[in-house]
Amino acid sequence: MLDIQNITISYKDRPTVKDFSLHLGEGEICSLVGESGSGKTTVIRAVLGLLAGGGYVSKGDILFEGKSLLKNTPAQWRALRGTDISMIFQDSGAMLNPTRKIGDLFVEYIKTHENISKKDAWDKGVSMLERMRLPDGNNIMKSYSFQLSGGMRQRVGIAMAMTYNPKLLLADEPTSALDVTTQAQIVRQMMELRDDFGTSIIIVTHNLGVAAYMANKIVVMKNGEITDAGSREDILGGKHSDYTQKLLEAVPSLGGKRYV
Amino acid sequence: MFNDKDLILEAKHVTRRFPASGGRELTACNDVNLKFYKGKTLGLIGESGCGKSTFMRFLVALDKPTEGEIIFMGKDITKLKGEELRQMRQHVQMVFQDPSGSFNPKMKIRDIICEPLMNFGRIKASEKDAVARKYLEMVELPGEFADRFPHNMSGGQRQRIAIARAIALEPELIVMDEATCALDVSVQKTIIELVVKLQKEKNIAIGFIAHDLGLIQSFAHQIAVMYLGNIIEVLPGENVDKAVHPYSLTLLGAIFDTNMDFSKKIERLDSEIPSPLDVPEGCPFQTRCPKCMDICKKERPKLIQIGENHEIACHLFKEAK
Repeated sequence: MLDIQNITISYKDRPTVKDFSLHLGEGEICSLVGESGSGKTTVIRAVLGLLAGGGYVSKGDILFEGKSLLKNTPAQWRALRGTDISMIFQDSGAMLNPTRKIGDLFVEYIKTHENISKKDAWDKGVSMLERMRLPDGNNIMKSYSFQLSGGMRQRVGIAMAMTYNPKLLLADEPTSALDVTTQAQIVRQMMELRDDFGTSIIIVTHNLGVAAYMANKIVVMKNGEITDAGSREDILGGKHSDYTQKLLEAVPSLGGKRYV
Repeated sequence: MFNDKDLILEAKHVTRRFPASGGRELTACNDVNLKFYKGKTLGLIGESGCGKSTFMRFLVALDKPTEGEIIFMGKDITKLKGEELRQMRQHVQMVFQDPSGSFNPKMKIRDIICEPLMNFGRIKASEKDAVARKYLEMVELPGEFADRFPHNMSGGQRQRIAIARAIALEPELIVMDEATCALDVSVQKTIIELVVKLQKEKNIAIGFIAHDLGLIQSFAHQIAVMYLGNIIEVLPGENVDKAVHPYSLTLLGAIFDTNMDFSKKIERLDSEIPSPLDVPEGCPFQTRCPKCMDICKKERPKLIQIGENHEIACHLFKEAK
């Protein structure tokens, strides 16, 4: 479904991500892991054509359902983003305009993609929020983003991203700003999306536990290059480089190493 | 394991209420009793907004509790003022969460590390260079870093500087407020190793705030679990898997790690934490507890001893005789 073919992403003339390839089938979940600055976010931004600061794909191609994404016109992007491909950001609170109510934003989002009355758009929003297990969707539609907790805001972000059952969901550190219990709930909901709608997901995370729990495939990145890629069993089971071994050892785990 | 003669700081019935709008009150800490021992780490764990940081700030006298006392070296530090308070501060130091926000960007590392020592007149200005190098080496950084500015360093290096500054005064207690949560796991590991090494060398007590139970159990001697301002379970660090409070179990169940069972289903937990402004009467965890009983809605459970160094506040358990 998504085929990233050997891409190099450059800012000005400096390549930041080199020779990155990934093949993602329908209903597959791929985790991109690595330390800060390893280029994880750059990769998924490239998929959505949202590279910041003049970055561009200088080599290779990205195919989505057989069609190259790199030659898309702005109109083609608009048709694709938010419906076929959507994205969840690290902090949905920063994505939501603080001076407008959630309902306003949600209705505007739906009306951009679909010719539908305001009333129907509102109801659709409410039902999406409730599908994300947010209690009392109507009330949330009438709230401002700052009136919600971090976990609730993140769910609003996911609800918006999932409105059109996208074929591909890109999640950029969706849980790293959240508490452990909330993180578990968000992870559970993303897994449900895959199970119910066959959504393919690329999740960028530095939490190897979450990465391993969710993914069929794991890609480990370092300094803009892939150090390891393979199925979860391969990566955790020992078919990996020393760098990945070091990362795995650093994950604190229950009943794991104790220093005292 | 915990000797009364090693007790260095004791918090007794510490309560902190903040005034809120509409004449209401927000209770950030409710009757917290904790003990810190020489050379031991106490890990305080809980979700955002449960009062962990509020409590730790009392230990460094950045804030004062509404009620209760904090006994440090035989004195109640909540009552200290002026010069006495200033002198007390050299015995308790703090490392903050954000290593870039905790330094003056215009100061060189040398001055950052030596400032506490200069404040208390422990060294002369001419000794600064040598002293800064000594502490840099102690936190396993090259001595040349003394000439750098904080922005020339990575997050992990900056956190090492923060630790160097905290140990410079040779304090009895260091409070670390989520000191590693802004760092990558590999960096986090080296910082924890450093902290443990320094603790062994200098026999420092550490109060560590975290929300990652997996991390805290790797080096804490005692773990206290906090929920909406209440301590609900205290247990020894090595048997965190013997935790029994329903909330602790929820926390344990929410951990992802690389050798877990991947087919495990995540339990659904639909409710959110109640607002700290209206904590329900009775047990604070009643709204999310799967084993909630009638008594939980009426009476707030008290911390009781159910095993060696194991205390719990839950109506499901009876005190061990």
